[in-house]
This record gives sequence, C-alpha cells and structure tokens, in this order.
Amino acid sequence: MEDKILLAHGSGGKLAHDLVEKSFVKTLANPLLARLDDSAVFDVSGRLAFTTDSYVVSPIFFPGGDIGKLAVCGTVNDLAMSGARPLYLSLAFIIEEGLSLSELEQVVNSVRLAAGEAGVEIVTGDTKVVPRGSADKLFINTAGVGLIPEGVNISGDKAKPGDKVILSGAIGDHGIAVFSRREGLSFATTLESDCAPLGGLVAEMLGVSRNINCLRDPTRGGLASTLNELASQSKVSIRIEEKKIPVREEVLGACEMLGFDPLYVANEGRLVAIVPAGDADKILKAMKKNKYGKDAVIIGEVAARPPGRVVMKTVLGSHRIVDMLVGDLLPRIC
Amino acid sequence: MKYISEFRRSELAGGLISHIRHRSKTRARFMEFCGGHTVTIFRYGIRQVLPETIEMVSGPGCPICVTANADLDKAIALAKVPGVIIATFGDMIKVPGSRSSLQKAKAEGAEVRTVYSTMDALKAAEDNPDKPVVFLGIGFETTAPTVAASILQAEEKGIKNYYVLSLHKLCPPVIRTLLDAGEVKLGGLVCPGHVSTIIGSHPWEFIASEYGIPCVVSGFEPLDILQCVDMLVGQVEKGESKVEIAYRRGVRPEGNRQALKLMEQVFEPAPARWRGIGEVAGSGLKLKSKYRRFDAEARFNIEPGPTIEPAGCICGDILRGVKTPSDCPLFAKTCTPESPVGPCMVSTEGSCSAYYSYGEGLGG
Repeated sequence: MEDKILLAHGSGGKLAHDLVEKSFVKTLANPLLARLDDSAVFDVSGRLAFTTDSYVVSPIFFPGGDIGKLAVCGTVNDLAMSGARPLYLSLAFIIEEGLSLSELEQVVNSVRLAAGEAGVEIVTGDTKVVPRGSADKLFINTAGVGLIPEGVNISGDKAKPGDKVILSGAIGDHGIAVFSRREGLSFATTLESDCAPLGGLVAEMLGVSRNINCLRDPTRGGLASTLNELASQSKVSIRIEEKKIPVREEVLGACEMLGFDPLYVANEGRLVAIVPAGDADKILKAMKKNKYGKDAVIIGEVAARPPGRVVMKTVLGSHRIVDMLVGDLLPRIC
Repeated sequence: MKYISEFRRSELAGGLISHIRHRSKTRARFMEFCGGHTVTIFRYGIRQVLPETIEMVSGPGCPICVTANADLDKAIALAKVPGVIIATFGDMIKVPGSRSSLQKAKAEGAEVRTVYSTMDALKAAEDNPDKPVVFLGIGFETTAPTVAASILQAEEKGIKNYYVLSLHKLCPPVIRTLLDAGEVKLGGLVCPGHVSTIIGSHPWEFIASEYGIPCVVSGFEPLDILQCVDMLVGQVEKGESKVEIAYRRGVRPEGNRQALKLMEQVFEPAPARWRGIGEVAGSGLKLKSKYRRFDAEARFNIEPGPTIEPAGCICGDILRGVKTPSDCPLFAKTCTPESPVGPCMVSTEGSCSAYYSYGEGLGG
C-alpha cells in the first residue's frame, strides 16, 4: 500500500523526525538547515527585504509546475520586486492527513529545483499535519529575506508621468493552466504555467539601470489589478495599448470559453516594470536576453491624469477604463 | 483560421469604422438585445468610434438580470431545504433576491455548488444518490437544450435525485412585448448570436416584416459587432428591413435542429416573469408532463414569502432600454460590483456592470 501522511507525522515524535530528516533535510541539503536548531543563524549586512506568502493552489500539481515550485518562486519574486537579491527562505507545510508521501516528496523535490535555480537556500522549516478535511491536501507558507543592492530604490509609489511601462511576457498562462486541471472543469490545453523565479531577470535589469521606479509581479488579479495598484499608489494614470499586450491564442480561447478577461488572469513568472523613458530601451534590451524576459515589451506609459486610473487604448482605437478585479473570476452562463 | 484574434484586428476594424461613418446619414437607434454584445461594445469602446448618427442602447438580454426576484427567492428557498444540493452557474450565486442570496444561504450552511455545465450537475446527482440535486435552469434558448439533454440522460441512467428549477426564457416573445409597449423607438436590432445559433435567424423575421425594423444577427468579437452595425446602417440607408446574419461561422438560418428537437422533447412554452417587464405569455419553458418528476417546483413545496424589490433600483427600466445606468441615483454610489443592489450590477453581462467596469465615456 502507498505510504500516506498520518497525523503522527506532525506530532513532533519519531515519525515526524524521520519525515524531516529523510524527506526534507536530505533533499534540500544545506548546512544551515542541517543543523536543525530552532532558528537558522546567518550573517547579512546591508538593506534587507523580508516577505512572506502562503500557497493554497488547487490542484497542487498543474501543467508547468506544482505548489512547491510556486511557493519558492512566489516568495523569491516578491523579494525580487523590491530589487533585492533573494538569499534565504523558510518553508512551512500544513499537510492534510492522508496525502501520499510520494506526492509530498515530489513537491519537496520541486522546492529543491526551484530554489537551486533561484539561488536561494531553504534554511528553516516546519511541518504540521491536520485531520482530513481541515486543509485541502497541502498548504505551504514561505518567508524570505534578500539583500537590496546600493542605489536601488524601488517602490509602488514612484511611477512618474512620462515613465514607460514594460511587461516581461505573455499574460494569463498560469491562471489558465491551473484552471484547466481544476476538478469539475478540466479541459485540454497544451498551455503551461509561467511559474518561474525572476531574481535573475531583475538582477540583469538592475545591471543596466538602477533607476527602475516600480517592479511588481502581476499574480492574483492579473495585470489589470497590478497596474491599478501602481497607479493608485503613485497617484498617476497608467495608459496602456491593448494591441501591445501579448496574450497566447490558447489563453484567449480559454478566456472566451470561461468568460474571463486575460487582463485579470493570474501570472506567476511575469513582471511589470515602470522605468524612466530614457532608460527604457536598455532595460528592455537586457530583459530580452533573459529567458524569462525574451518577450518583454513596452505596453504603455505613465501620465498625470486621471490619477489612480488605468486607461487602455483598445484595438479599435477607442479608450476604456481598466478597473481592479472585483471578487473572484466566475464563468458566465451564455 | 484563428477564431478570436482574427476578429479583433485593428486594421480591419478601422476599415469597417470608416465605412460606417461614410455611409451613415440617417439618425438611428440600434438595440443590442444580448448582454454578451453589451460587454463587447463596452470592452472595445465601440460607442466611441461610431458616428453621431448611430445610438446604441442595451436590451434585456442578460438571463441573470431578467430573472424576477420572485424566482430568485424560489431558488434561495430551495437552497435552504435541508439536504438539497443546489447546482448553478456561477453568476447566480451573488444575485440578491428579496431577502437573501445564494451566497448568503451558502454561508449559512446551504450546499450551493458552482458548475460549468449541466452535465456536472447531473454528475453531482449521480455521486450523491441520497441527496436531491437541483440545477437552476437559468438562461435563454442557448442553455435550454443542454438542460433538456441532462434530463434525458438522467432518465436513461435512472437517476432519481436530479431536479431542474426551470426559469428558462425565450427571446422572440419578449422582443415583441418590448416593441408593442413602444417605449423605445428602434431603427435596428442587433440580434443575439448564441441564441440564434440554436433557433436560427427565421424567428426574427416578424420584427423585420411586422415592425419594419432591420435585424442583423451578430457574433461577439469587435469585428462582428462593427460588421453588424455596418449591415444595419446599410438597411437603414436603403430603407429596407430584413433579417441578415453577420455571424455565419456560428448561425444558420434554420438553427441547430438537433438542439431544437431536444428542447421540444422535454419542454413546452409557458408564461414567464421578466424583471422590469412583467409576465410575458409563452416566453418561458416548463417541463412537459412526461418529465414532471424532474421538476424541482413539483417535488418541493417551497414558500419563498413575499417579494420585495430593492428601493431606488431602476434595473427594470434599464432592461427595457428606457433608461441607462447613469440615470440611476444608486449607480456607482450605493450600487457597485462589490456591493450590488440590483442584478444588472452583479452579472458580468449586466449593463450596470459593463458601464461601471469599463468607465464608458471617460476617454483618453
């Protein structure tokens, strides 16, 4: 019979100890984690970025990734969006009793691969097991710290009229890939999630210009919500052009079927940069050299009025407001 | 052929827009019946690119919006029957009835599931043989055939716990009612695309012949709408009124015979209540007596209580095309998508939601 996670795996006793040793420490091998002290202890000097996020994606395995890869990339990207070089992550599991051990090991292996690519170490962690029905298979929380290089000062309130808005690639891949495997909905698509660690891309962008004003990854709520957040924080208007925004034909098709607008569909490996016009070309050029920025494109610019609003020029040449996402994305009925 | 991006090409749109501008001389008001069309019109700012001669008004073609409060109350009351599982399309969950909504009933313990097709509802019945599963049959001719198919399948498989609350509505009778009321003078009708996929273009003939109103069936992409408007303008300028199809990739004049057959096998026309319009004879569908055992209303004795309409909400006038959302004192003030007062703000295909979400008229 297949090995399952039991409540005892989270009890702190022998089973728990074995799980941590065999499934986590061995896979995620690094000296800081292997000490198994109550805290990871390390030296850092400089300006630190510190962030946390919880991951509850359903299903936990989806085309192009799984909850483990997502938990690393999501937190790494939050650090990167502050301009920080991600260094260390914590990793905490809340496991529903009955999860198969092999699925858990697969997730931990994804954590290892993603952390390796992102150049971060998992230095501390925790495991809890809850009774069946108290969680949905597996929830993960990660927190991370990163170091911000000298001269970098990135924040959502720094967009200025005249700045250019750069998007790193096609939108909507993650949301649609996950939806395509959701229970009761599955449809056939070759689409894969864009889930990826963006620390390297950001480092290369900062390598050519430290004047980047805003960086943000358009995750939940999609590009539309991210641009609205930036417009509102910076008290500026963001003007974008519909025909410049890359969307894959598969995403367009699925969105039509489900009644979604790709502007609101989640991404996990894309970023939006708002940069001074004079630096836009060199930043774009640097992005295009990176595999996660090869389709980067300038989608619009920042204007003074109306503040807090995102206005899109449609493919017909008319203009419309792009608002924040309200509630959940739900399908239409006819 | 790419069925989406090909129909959003800006250079083709530019050509159509100048063609419309060039030949439209007569002032005309066109109504888009369907909520899906309303969304495309707002999402692509189509009203802004049309010449001043053309006025577009939105019609009652959002099935969620036209569902009367009394019927919403029935659905909510059904959800509160112990043991009942409600299966419904997503948008219905948030719509406020007289006193509650499915969302609130769910938070209070009712089992309300969002499904993406009637077959998912049927599967829920198969998987839970000891619980009655009620599918909320909301929608126009587009969805009715799939509901009919689910009932036939339930019968074939001997599934005894599957029920449908049939609140289906038929489009041609309500258009006749609107035209007879004479509140809105129309110079053309953008006929619904998905509905026509099922019923074809013939059922619109009476509008052209009896009322002298040009009719063009349209698809849902911006180029579809522009082509449709261009064809309507063509008829207006020539003084013609006939039914044309600008959505040939989806619609045949005779419709989808198989789907119509399923619908006729299971349902028969019945009176239906429309929000803002009232009861319209022959504009609803009820289960034929042979299939009455699948009828949720026959199976459960539901008492939803008196109907209360939201104070100040003018959804009814908006659905008839008599008023626009900006005429409503509640619009964007007490009524927003986050806390909607009326259904036109809840449904993604509602006029109020489209006005609000796409900030029509702000311009660049």
